[in-house]
Amino acid sequence: MSEISIEQGLLLSAALFVLGLIGVLARRNLIMILMAMEVMFNAAGLAFIVAGSRWGQADGQIMFLLILTLAAAEVGVGLGLVLQIFRRFHTLDADSLNGMRG
Amino acid sequence: MIELLGWVPFFPLLGFLMLALAGRRLPKPPVAWVGVGSVAVSMLLTALIGGQFLSGTRQPYRLVLGNWIEVGDLSVPIGFYLDALSLTMMFVVTGVGLLIHLYAAGFMKDDAGYARFFAYMNLFVSAMLVLVLADNLVLLYLGWEGVGLGSYLLIGFWYEDPNNGYAARKAFVMTRIGDTSLLLGLLLLFIELHTFDIQALMFRAASLWAPGTALPVAVAALLLGGAVGKSAQLPLQSWLPDAMAGPTPVSALIHAATMVTAGVYLIARTHDLFAMAPPVQWIVAVIGALTLLMAGCSALAQTDIKRILAYSTISQIGYMFMALGVGAWSSAIFHLLTHAFFKALLFLAAGAVIFCFHHEHNIFRMGGLHRAMPLAFASFLIGSAALSALPFTSGFYSKHEILSAAYEVSPGLWAAGCLGAVITGLYSFRLVFLVFFGVQPQDVDNRLDWRMSVPLVLLGVLTLFGGMLRIPLDSVFPGLLNPDRNLSLVSVATIAAPFLGLLIAVLLYFKGGFSTLPLAGFGLINRMRMFFFSGWGIDTLYQALAVRPFYFIAKANKNDALDSLYTLVALLGREGHLLARRSQTGHIRWYTSSIALGTVVVIAIGWLS
Amino acid sequence: MALTLFYITSAVAIFATVMMITRLNAVHGLLYLILSLLAVGVLFFLLGAHFAAVLEVIIYAGAIMVLFVFVIMMLNQGQRTIDQEQAWLKPGTWIGPTLLALILFAEMLVIVMSGDRADTGYIVNAKQVGTVLYGPYLLAVELASMLLLAGLVGAYHLAKPILIPRGHKFRLSGQAAQLSFKLRKPGRNV
Repeated sequence: MSEISIEQGLLLSAALFVLGLIGVLARRNLIMILMAMEVMFNAAGLAFIVAGSRWGQADGQIMFLLILTLAAAEVGVGLGLVLQIFRRFHTLDADSLNGMRG
Repeated sequence: MIELLGWVPFFPLLGFLMLALAGRRLPKPPVAWVGVGSVAVSMLLTALIGGQFLSGTRQPYRLVLGNWIEVGDLSVPIGFYLDALSLTMMFVVTGVGLLIHLYAAGFMKDDAGYARFFAYMNLFVSAMLVLVLADNLVLLYLGWEGVGLGSYLLIGFWYEDPNNGYAARKAFVMTRIGDTSLLLGLLLLFIELHTFDIQALMFRAASLWAPGTALPVAVAALLLGGAVGKSAQLPLQSWLPDAMAGPTPVSALIHAATMVTAGVYLIARTHDLFAMAPPVQWIVAVIGALTLLMAGCSALAQTDIKRILAYSTISQIGYMFMALGVGAWSSAIFHLLTHAFFKALLFLAAGAVIFCFHHEHNIFRMGGLHRAMPLAFASFLIGSAALSALPFTSGFYSKHEILSAAYEVSPGLWAAGCLGAVITGLYSFRLVFLVFFGVQPQDVDNRLDWRMSVPLVLLGVLTLFGGMLRIPLDSVFPGLLNPDRNLSLVSVATIAAPFLGLLIAVLLYFKGGFSTLPLAGFGLINRMRMFFFSGWGIDTLYQALAVRPFYFIAKANKNDALDSLYTLVALLGREGHLLARRSQTGHIRWYTSSIALGTVVVIAIGWLS
Repeated sequence: MALTLFYITSAVAIFATVMMITRLNAVHGLLYLILSLLAVGVLFFLLGAHFAAVLEVIIYAGAIMVLFVFVIMMLNQGQRTIDQEQAWLKPGTWIGPTLLALILFAEMLVIVMSGDRADTGYIVNAKQVGTVLYGPYLLAVELASMLLLAGLVGAYHLAKPILIPRGHKFRLSGQAAQLSFKLRKPGRNV
């Protein structure tokens, strides 16, 4: 058993998650937003691994695997959308894409 | 025969329906047959029923045709009640009505709205018959409203002129005020005595209420309000002169013989209630006295022939009210009967004069007709004589009875009545002298249709000899009045009063007597004349008291202040929507921020609770 | 020993993440992201999750980041993009999100610290994971494959080149309208 306690792991996961959230909220480039979201996914996965490590079960890693799968699919679809947006509007500015307002 | 009572109001109603539905497509002769014929049938039935009633035991007869309103405990039947009083009224309505319908068939022969006219007239006669025959107050109110409707439709008959419409509206609104008072009275009666049937009401009121207490006084006052409106007495009298905008047969039937007497009928019918409220009965007499003086003075200053007769009507009904107020019930009804005869005669003759002068109404532009139109001249003479109560005319007997009874109660009332008789003589003979003597200003078309001359003759006969009629009203009213046959000073004064008026009229107006022109130089006299001409300024008073404030309120509420409460709700909804809409900016970062904010809040709430 | 390594690795991860979110050049940000992922992978290793660590490196840092690299390379306009980003990253933009995120972090801090203490470090090897994966979590595996299929089809369809009909214009708003590039000729594959 290592000396890493669960609170430290979870706190690190929280910190990474929060940083990713800042990135999502503050950046206007679509690709930067997606990248920050990856960080958030990663942080969530870290939390799962920490929990699995605490209980000594494989369930944590299973969940991490599923999160990974999810991230992969999401990136594929998301980047496809980004390409499409770039082709139509010739910009990657999230703030200018407000056709859904009202 | 007496069971046919229910048919009497039915035939005019049938006439109305036929003419309203199909009248426009019919040529004039069939329309006249239907219009006059329906009233003729009713008249015939009335005569037969009357004959049977008078030769019998003269017990009141009640006929119930069915139930009109039946709700819970309340049951209002369609019931007709025949006694001497309603028989008298029926005779007046159908008899005088028939003569007037016949006259109108000739008078209106060139009018395009011939069928409409007779439809409305029949509707009116039907409603009036329902009113006088009703055995319960609700049915009476139905007839009451029906005659009001008929009056409105007929005053505004020539609707192309908006002034006729205004006159009709004024009549309707003023009588409506009275109608509301009547409705309140009848509802109050129902609340207290739990019935609408008139005879039952009298009985229960007599047994349950003490005379002079608040309840009978209140009820009688409310009923008086209704009567005052319909009968054009103070304070609701100014609609009647304006109502002369309607055709002359209308003025004769509605505003002389029948509708305006409905108020008198109402008070006579509910006389037990009024007997139990002495203050109100006294007010009835006072109203009658004041009105007869006011209207008489106003008639002195008028120039329109029909307006003189209108004010005269108001004045004569004042006499009837005075009679009711002093307890001379049968005298009032008798005067109603004679007044119907001579006033209808006067109006019809005035119509003939107007017709022949090509619709000229101003008496100062008429003159010298006593040779050109002998029938009209004779009618006017007879009518004015009866109106002034010159001896041995029918009007003489009825007015004499009233004034004698008034003297018994209060000499002040008698004095007012005598003064009124002087003024009556004055204005009626002023009218006769100005129209029928002097210089004829233009040629007249003096050929009168037989339909117009026959009623004039018949009414003339009735006016002269109607005083002989003795309707046995003692079966209805208590204390039959025995007129004081002694030639006391009072009765001499009563007989002499109209002669004084006639004398003054002769001095001033007959063949250019003393001219009144020098008087015109006095400013005070002129102002008095204007005052009388305008009907004692009542219209101006009402304009300032009621019409102006109403307009002011309506104008102030132009934007409908109360409605703004509801529009406020709508406005709030819309503003709220617009506010919420601003959160839909379309920016991704904004949405993400709101998700993050929501998460923070939810976690905080979850942690704290 | 493990604790020290843990602290160093977490410092690296946090540093890399901070750098990533503040870069103007997207490629630089991407590189820092890869660094962050690798650091987290090491963390997995320290926590005894060997299988997850390897997966992290291979799939996350290997495949997914490569996707990002391709797209960024395709869409990167060079200096113009960097100037754009400069214009977008004002201090005013950072304040709000940072505050919000700090509040969130504070909440999570409070929640985590109020729990019970426990130790981690149980080594769970690949064999264990495999057994559980094809045992109780079999359905999850199938669903994951469905998800990947959906992602595949969606990505293919959504990234298809579009045909802009002749004369059809799309409206742009805000700064994009000012900074938009020359419209490609309509009617051609864009």
